[in-house]
Amino acid sequence: MSAADVVASICLVLGCFLCLTAGLGLVRFPDVLNRMHAATKPQVLGVLLVMTGAVIRLTGQPIVWMLVLVAVFQLLTAPVSAHMVSRIAYRRRHVRRDLLVVDELGTTGDTLPARPHPVHPEGDPDADEPADGPEARPTR
Amino acid sequence: MTARVSRLRQQGFLLVWLVLVWNLLWGTFSWANLLSGVVIALVITTLLPLPTVETVAAFRPVAAVRFVGRFLADLVVSSVEVSWLAFRPGTHRSAIITVQLRTDSDLLLTVIAEALSLVPGSLVLDLDREHSTMAVHLVQVRDAAHVERLRADVLGMEDRVVRAFGSAEDIARLDAPGTVTPEIDGTERMSQR
Repeated sequence: MSAADVVASICLVLGCFLCLTAGLGLVRFPDVLNRMHAATKPQVLGVLLVMTGAVIRLTGQPIVWMLVLVAVFQLLTAPVSAHMVSRIAYRRRHVRRDLLVVDELGTTGDTLPARPHPVHPEGDPDADEPADGPEARPTR
Repeated sequence: MTARVSRLRQQGFLLVWLVLVWNLLWGTFSWANLLSGVVIALVITTLLPLPTVETVAAFRPVAAVRFVGRFLADLVVSSVEVSWLAFRPGTHRSAIITVQLRTDSDLLLTVIAEALSLVPGSLVLDLDREHSTMAVHLVQVRDAAHVERLRADVLGMEDRVVRAFGSAEDIARLDAPGTVTPEIDGTERMSQR
């Protein structure tokens, strides 16, 4: 086993471990916004490490460039999808407000919410109602 | 005229990128791949035209290396942090803050938002384009002082991105006195508007 093999194995195992923690975070975290953190940070780094390990092991084969593309698109797309999901979750009030230290978005009423958010420890029962916000209002 | 030039330049970038992706997908470089890639890229850009996006104003290699290096280090740190939160028993407290950014460029704001969603323990919720205000969800905060430190991290990320890719005016705006500093707390800032 050469040094490159050792490095590749370490990368692969670490990457798999990070992907595992991302999955664990998805299950364990209290609300959607926290879950999206698990779906971006450890997940992306995990995929990057797995790709690095695979590239080291497969050097010289055409497939390597495809792995590079996988890494690039993972970096580009994961934050965007996490942003979209969490934005919708916030607008739909799928937020555990009792776990927030501050919510400057909710208190200013500046961009998103139009009415004050009621405090519900287990998530808002109205969460699946139409979102707050100008475009949610019927226009007459 | 300048608009047309920038449009052509942008189309050029897009074409090169598409050809590059095509060749990477094939995994080997050959003239056949290059030519077919050019044909496919032309077909894609003709059939599916994209709205014009301003291109990067500048590229400063040293600042870019600093941004990427810090980004990778932050990625490791925040991954470990979130992993620890996932394993640790008990719950943690989060926060949603709004940060007044000093950049006024679509592309730079996009880069900042993408980078912020990956590091440092933050996730972009919303962007008020008119005021360049970004709403960020912070995964773990301990108290108000910690919130302010993380706010400074967000502004630091903006600083590194702008210094790497921003125009001279953007950088001047970073250095200008009177821009919002992290020391001012959120409520005070909101009433100033």
